[in-house]
Amino acid sequence: MSVATRPQLSHLRALESEAIHVMREVAAEFERPVLLFSGGKDSIVLLRLAEKAFRPAPFPFPLMHVDTGHNFPEVIEYRDRRVAELGERLIVASVQESIDTGRVVEETGPRASRNQLQTVTLLDAIAAHDFDAAFGGARRDEERARAKERVFSFRDDFGQWDPKNQRPELWNLYNGRIKKGEHVRVFPLSNWTELDVWEYIDQERLEVPSIYFAHERPVFQRDGMLYAWREGTELIDGEEVFPETVRYRTVGDMSCTGGVRSTAATLEEVVLEIAATRITERGETRADDRVSEAAMEDRKKAGYF
Amino acid sequence: MTLDLLRFTTAGSVDDGKSTLIGRLLFDSKQVFEDQLAHVAQVSERRGGEGALDLALLTDGLRAEREQGITIDVAYRYFATAERRFIIADCPGHRQYTRNMVTGASTADVAVVLIDARKGLLEQSKRHAFLSALLGIPQMVVAINKMDLVGYAQARYEEIVREFEEFARKLKGGKNPRQTETTYLPMSALNGDNVVERSALMPWYDGPPLLELLEQVEVAYDHPHEKPARFPVQWVVRPANGGGDYRGYSGQLASGALRLGDEVAVLPSGARTRIAGIDTYDGELEEATAPMSLTLRLEDELDVSRGELICHPEEAPTVARELQADICWMAEQALQPGSRYVLKHTTRAATAVVDAIDDILDVHTLERTAAPESLELNDIARVRLRTSAPLVFDPYAANRRTGSFILIDEASNGTVGAGMIMAQAA
Repeated sequence: MSVATRPQLSHLRALESEAIHVMREVAAEFERPVLLFSGGKDSIVLLRLAEKAFRPAPFPFPLMHVDTGHNFPEVIEYRDRRVAELGERLIVASVQESIDTGRVVEETGPRASRNQLQTVTLLDAIAAHDFDAAFGGARRDEERARAKERVFSFRDDFGQWDPKNQRPELWNLYNGRIKKGEHVRVFPLSNWTELDVWEYIDQERLEVPSIYFAHERPVFQRDGMLYAWREGTELIDGEEVFPETVRYRTVGDMSCTGGVRSTAATLEEVVLEIAATRITERGETRADDRVSEAAMEDRKKAGYF
Repeated sequence: MTLDLLRFTTAGSVDDGKSTLIGRLLFDSKQVFEDQLAHVAQVSERRGGEGALDLALLTDGLRAEREQGITIDVAYRYFATAERRFIIADCPGHRQYTRNMVTGASTADVAVVLIDARKGLLEQSKRHAFLSALLGIPQMVVAINKMDLVGYAQARYEEIVREFEEFARKLKGGKNPRQTETTYLPMSALNGDNVVERSALMPWYDGPPLLELLEQVEVAYDHPHEKPARFPVQWVVRPANGGGDYRGYSGQLASGALRLGDEVAVLPSGARTRIAGIDTYDGELEEATAPMSLTLRLEDELDVSRGELICHPEEAPTVARELQADICWMAEQALQPGSRYVLKHTTRAATAVVDAIDDILDVHTLERTAAPESLELNDIARVRLRTSAPLVFDPYAANRRTGSFILIDEASNGTVGAGMIMAQAA
């Protein structure tokens, strides 16, 4: 077996190059792409990759955030600052508006979440703007159903994903052909792991929202997770609010994203913590994946991110 | 040091130890997390497993797969060691075997072919080896597994190695042009013999364990200077305002290396110019090597567009509209000679008509037989096709990136065929 001798690209550079290639394919082959930007770490990496793919020109697509109205304020503040820095256009699709116009009905009770409602808002916005491709930051290492998803993931005219009938994806040749009303979700970070994302953020010295670092905030414990308490949170009998030093591994809705006890206050410390962790990102922090054995697959089939 | 990202395929059915091997690689490199393991344990128990963890549950992600206990689609798995990052394309051995295997193999640097030491070289391992060679995977590791069940016997191992070598000679005997280097290894994935740690029970084997092999093996991009430069133009950068007269050609270097000042040709037009700049977001470069994504500036103002290819003029690829290719048919709907498809090759799309099916390959006997009327799902055949625009290509055996294409059905938009170019058609 031949053994190589010369130093080549680091794995982060190889993953970066692959992702840039994917983004440029989309820009070249679609008429109206959009990049979904949540202010979370994965979409922060997407923005840097878009800079690498398209500068010195502006991005050939707008950014879009599906705002549940239950986001961490630190993340919204970061989102607006980053968009202004880049000088790009941001569209905000609002779940509150979907509720107000009667497109969706808000769940009630202490376990109410707007997570499911986002899908309707997202699909409505894609249809309203006539988007034919949407970049997302999902990774295959996140979850079992995602491990099987294509880089170019086809959605029918109802926004649905059909996991049993995916287009084969070979070499670096992506099939972006669709009919009117259909669209493609594109995942340039498909082959990245959570650790790759953090190492890349560190390498590129990217700013991330402050909630990714250890901080003290009022929390309460539910189903083994630590949730942020804020004015208006409905508690269930026996639950108590107490101060805790936590950080977030994922940025989602305040209502369904748990924090982890952590003292990691710098990027280097976060990278070390992720390298040593024994629990997956979604398993540790996302209540939405705990609903059933195939919770993510079911939501994805319906058009979720 | 090597490129520290390696992609490899495994293929096979449940009982040949593939899941156990992947489970062990993930587990021993600490890539299986506690919540995943708890989940596997919980589901294994609910299914009535006898306390044994069903590691296939780690890779079988879709509801239908879990319900039916089968694997439908290629799954991608990730793990890392101090030496390298690995991507496993885990190809199921059941339905649509060929289609899945070809998909997984298309991007792989190494194929790990598993053979059950009790059973010897079976049909499925042969097909895996054959498809790996057809898809031009440069390195093959033949892991003779379940050595614990044959008493770790050297004689049995050597018998299987001889059997495989005979088969491999047939693979290379003119029927299949792609060179693959083969390494053999005795293993017990279940007990961890020669997976991560060298086995004390097989002192007669003096090679490295599997993981060490995978950490050291060479990948296609390791010697970019030895290969001709191929730069398919993907995207033209022309800032609308404030960018002055900047005009750059973006793309991913498919192979080789380009240097500032190099004389280059733009194909198919044949125009010549020099490289005036190699731009990246992180600054200008003196030299770029594959597989970097970059933006080229050219000395002369040429009208270069997406789909054209930049290379050194003395190492130019073929430009032609009629070609001969091996294709793997991936659709339920048969391919009939005379049908039209959209063909995507590098960054160019064209219309293609399949003029003739020359012959078809029997993946069981490796014999080529007379052409059938049409091609069915999973068939592999040699065809001749014509394209509406010239393609700029290399034979697949010389360059996987510039020698491959996909066929797309114009009506359904489905990806229906995978093609590997042999040569310009006579």
